[in-house]
Amino acid sequence: MSEKNSTGSAPELGFIALLRWAWRQLTSMRTALILLMLLGVAAIPGSLFPQRNQNPQKVDSYFTSDPTLAKWMDRLHLFNVYASPWFSAIYLLLFISLIGCVLPRTITHLKAIGKVPPLTPRNLDRMEGYRVVATESATAIEEARRWLKSHRYRIRVEEGSISAEKGYSRETGNLLFHLSLILILVGVALGSLFGMKGEAILNVGDRFINTPTSYDNISYGKFQGQGSLPPFALTVKNFVASYDPVTGQPSNYVLSTEISNPIGAAAKKVIIKVNTPWTVGSTKVYLQANGYSPFVTIKDKSGHVTFKGAVIFLPQDGNLSSLGAIKVPDMVPQIGFIASFIPTATSSASRGIFSTYPEVLDPRLVLSAWKGNLGLDSGTPQSVYSLNTSQMSKIGLKALTLGSTYDFGYGTITFDGWKSWVNLQIVDDPGKMYALFGALFAILGLLISLFTRQRRIWVKVGESVEIAGLAKNGIPGLEAELMALTQALEEGEK
Amino acid sequence: MSSSTLAYFSNDAIYACLAIFTIAFLAHAFEVSWSVKNTDSDDKTQFDFSRTDRAGRLGTAMMILGTAGLVVADLTRGLSAHRVPWGNMYEFSITGALMLSAAYLFAFAKYKVRWLGLPVSISVLLTLGTAITVLYRPSAPLVPALKSPWLAIHVLAAIISGGVFLVANLVAATFLVMERYELKGERPQWAKKIPTLDALDQLSYRLVAFVFPLWTFAVIAGAIWAESAWGKYWSWDPKETWAFITWVAYAAYLHARVTVGWRGRRAAWLCIFAGSTFLFNYIWVNIWGTGLHTYSGL
Repeated sequence: MSEKNSTGSAPELGFIALLRWAWRQLTSMRTALILLMLLGVAAIPGSLFPQRNQNPQKVDSYFTSDPTLAKWMDRLHLFNVYASPWFSAIYLLLFISLIGCVLPRTITHLKAIGKVPPLTPRNLDRMEGYRVVATESATAIEEARRWLKSHRYRIRVEEGSISAEKGYSRETGNLLFHLSLILILVGVALGSLFGMKGEAILNVGDRFINTPTSYDNISYGKFQGQGSLPPFALTVKNFVASYDPVTGQPSNYVLSTEISNPIGAAAKKVIIKVNTPWTVGSTKVYLQANGYSPFVTIKDKSGHVTFKGAVIFLPQDGNLSSLGAIKVPDMVPQIGFIASFIPTATSSASRGIFSTYPEVLDPRLVLSAWKGNLGLDSGTPQSVYSLNTSQMSKIGLKALTLGSTYDFGYGTITFDGWKSWVNLQIVDDPGKMYALFGALFAILGLLISLFTRQRRIWVKVGESVEIAGLAKNGIPGLEAELMALTQALEEGEK
Repeated sequence: MSSSTLAYFSNDAIYACLAIFTIAFLAHAFEVSWSVKNTDSDDKTQFDFSRTDRAGRLGTAMMILGTAGLVVADLTRGLSAHRVPWGNMYEFSITGALMLSAAYLFAFAKYKVRWLGLPVSISVLLTLGTAITVLYRPSAPLVPALKSPWLAIHVLAAIISGGVFLVANLVAATFLVMERYELKGERPQWAKKIPTLDALDQLSYRLVAFVFPLWTFAVIAGAIWAESAWGKYWSWDPKETWAFITWVAYAAYLHARVTVGWRGRRAAWLCIFAGSTFLFNYIWVNIWGTGLHTYSGL
């Protein structure tokens, strides 16, 4: 029994000791520094490989060009670095290490608030800036005390000596900085646990109701309910993009909307621009991207309309040549078009038809028509922007000017016009205020800690009046301060 | 003056600055290579400034003139487009060159570091040369994403930080070269006027400590701007990621010096490493990188 106990308790003690050892290791300055460096290094792959949430198309191209390699990269979370277990592990450890490092120091620092500086050393002549001041010994202590007090030193007066210290706020700033970093991490965590982010592409004229089904994609934080979206409705009234006529670069985007909040309330006009989102509570609506949706009418041989509407195309370059797919599943055989919309068309022998200006001045709709099976019933989700031609055959190619019609044999397609579309990003981040305040306090703390000069000055009155000082980290300025004190004492004499 | 006249004037000013900084470079090179003359006796080095002091002063005068020229070039470039002159990589580069030479003049006024004129003038020349030949873009209005008061604040803070980081890097590199010479024996003639290893070590630390809060501010201002433009204050865009890496590297440098007590060679290498992450971010991410910070045409 006793044997059992002893063998049973030994590893237990060992385990606690191990834990204590592990905690001490984790919260040491060294570990915190190594973790910080490690976090920097771990952030690198995310900037070298495409990330799924930033550039999904590029990730897909990795999978098509080398599936085996891509699969292994994916297993190592290289396409999703900043949400990967290994990246999270580093910052969580850093977070814990930081708390373990900073909290005890804060307590020690708070305890030291009322404390007086340490005793005056016995031999001042070994300290920096040692000098003997020509002044009356009797009044020197009092005069020095008054001078040091007016220069905001903390003073310890002993029999025949003064020990004074200044720059206590250096550690205050230092701790404020590190505590603020913790506040930033708290803000980031709150944002990712209770936040929401979604995107919706809308043509001019469309109405958007803020419910999950209206989004093209939407993601929630772990603790965010789906029913928490603010109940507004937004109608896209108009979108104007202006361009610099010389360079063709965009100079301004203005989105005019009408918003009812909540749904049913009187609509009010709201202008949304790239740097000015619309805010409701902690949710914001941003103008993210824009492009063109050509408007087409497709009829079958009997003249019956099988498709009519604006189709969203994705811009491919700075002059907004846009690519998209038009799918007509209700015809026999099924018809599909791979199409590009050229806002201002020019053609050359080498490049074919291409766009020279992003605004719609002389549009073309370049179509390649396909017949067969669109593959919409296969169950695998399909991109609305591309055509799966594996079970289709090409039946024709045509460039349409505005208002013209193309007869592709099984019916006709008419290029009626175009609309602009806008991509709205809707984000709710309840943690960002914490992160902001954390960041502001961090700068404040950093400035205090880097620019506070910590130093000590001693005055000793014996047969003569001696003064000396000590500057922490060899920060300059001590000599000037000692000179000023010397002068003050000598003037006090007169 | 009309916008295009101002833009042409700005370009001419840049060419003039190239000439001025070339003279500054030559003058500094002359001063450095000729100012020390050893007498025959081995025990004592005789400094002979009489031949070269004038060259040194000419170098400084040219640095001041060149910096003033860059101010003019930068101002007219901004006026020609009715905005702050840092909207594309050409403009970042010329403003960056201005900050670099201004940081040098500041350090010169405070610490009398005329020897730094040589590496600074060659760096400014390289930056301006690349800017006007490779990166040049005609003056144009801003793309919508850049239309924000934060452009002035965030980018200026980043450019100033960059200028000072580069000066700190030059000092640290000088430290390493001088240390090599001293380990092998003695510094060569031309290097004898350069301050002691200790002074170089301190100077690079002070520059970093001075500008680290500004860099922190640049990153935070960027985050605030990102929140209003992109909907997320931090999205691990390549530029953000590398700004963070630079921040971490300099934070590690400051800790290594203040709490662990690194000095000398190790600290200099760490300083150079941190500075290289900044340069990498500026060059690689702008030209070959993808992401939200890459605007059309650099």
